[in-house]
Amino acid sequence: MEHINTDICIIGAGPVGLFAVFEAGLLKMRCHLIDVLPQVGGQLSEIYPQKPIYDIPGFPIINAQELVDNLMEQIAPFNPTFSLGERVDHLKKLEDGTFVINTNEGTEVHSKVVVIAGGLGCFEPRKPAIDRLEQFEGKGVNYMIKNPELFRNRKVVLAGGGDSALDWTIFLADIAAEVTLIHRGDTFRGAPDSAEKVFDLAKEGKINLVLQSQITAINGTGHLNEVIVQNKDGEVSSIGTDHLIPLFGLTPKLGPIAEWGLNIDKSAIEVSTVDYSTNVAGIFAIGDINTYPGKLKLILCGFHEAALMAQSAFKFVYPAQKLSFKYTTVYGVNTF
Amino acid sequence: MINITVEDRSGDVQTIEIPEGINLNLMEALKAYEYEMRATCGGMALCADCHCKVLEGWDKLPEQQEQELITLDSRPDAEQFSRLCCQIKVNEDIDGLKIRLLSED
Repeated sequence: MEHINTDICIIGAGPVGLFAVFEAGLLKMRCHLIDVLPQVGGQLSEIYPQKPIYDIPGFPIINAQELVDNLMEQIAPFNPTFSLGERVDHLKKLEDGTFVINTNEGTEVHSKVVVIAGGLGCFEPRKPAIDRLEQFEGKGVNYMIKNPELFRNRKVVLAGGGDSALDWTIFLADIAAEVTLIHRGDTFRGAPDSAEKVFDLAKEGKINLVLQSQITAINGTGHLNEVIVQNKDGEVSSIGTDHLIPLFGLTPKLGPIAEWGLNIDKSAIEVSTVDYSTNVAGIFAIGDINTYPGKLKLILCGFHEAALMAQSAFKFVYPAQKLSFKYTTVYGVNTF
Repeated sequence: MINITVEDRSGDVQTIEIPEGINLNLMEALKAYEYEMRATCGGMALCADCHCKVLEGWDKLPEQQEQELITLDSRPDAEQFSRLCCQIKVNEDIDGLKIRLLSED
């Protein structure tokens, strides 16, 4: 188990979480960031990396991924540490007012302050509406492929029409005993090279391509062993399989945050606009995840919230010190 | 007035009257009329939170652009008459449209 000691644990490594590292760093507070996504940038990197943003002060236009890259460069002097691809499952406040945070991957973070910059919540795999799907999770149904070796010499059914469905079909064609890709359409959009490769593999008989079809049921005793498919003409067929991997992208869920005793209003955390503190002393919420009268879900508002949050967080990290406000133009960025 | 009949996610059906010249897309208009609309991507046809099934008036709608088709392709519940509300401009052309909002997830 990895154990990390830090001043501030930031949950969410989107633009606002990243910028919070800078504001904390100016006040000599170290940060560790945790994000469920495997990369930093939150929605910007996950949903619209190539989209232009027009309302970042000082940038008439900036590409979303470029903003994330710039933020990473801006915070680099403060040496933030990261646990990416991990979901925070438990948060506990200790008697001395500090916090212990545990992730689903076994990482434990001990911090004096917690900043939730979780955007829309955790990005989780989107699940198709199939009866008893959850019953077979971990018993043949997987939404992510962490270790492809798990599928070696096994029968695998993938479902979906996006890039990840195509990429994994191609990858698993060489590993699995049998690969079937089920797609509701008859064409694939997105990367044309991958689509062509999938059609070629089907022609060569290396994979089964089931188009214009949807999964209507899954069966098995204990472990999954059958997927029932219906085509657009209503014809039903059965595919014997060891695994089903639905790949329909990610969708945000508030997730475990809802269970930490915070005041929540419609999937957002209520905060004070003085310092974006929550009802639990030492826990702050900034960016799209918080709500207050007049809230605007804008990156620039999240940046402002990060700056004010850091001033209050200082009191938890350095209770014996007095904070004197300093401009970067006067003192520069003093790294540590 | 532009009349749109909306069946929400709980099955309630209501006809909303939207003033002409409002300069909103249907996702934004529904949000303004207090329909639950998370709209993760804010209207870029990337998230499908505003996914709907068109019950009547399919031919009144503007043609689907590539991004909308890509996003719908990634939805397990997309079907022949699926559209993303954010890609439908509210104007007189869509008067009489009837839609069913689908689950955000």
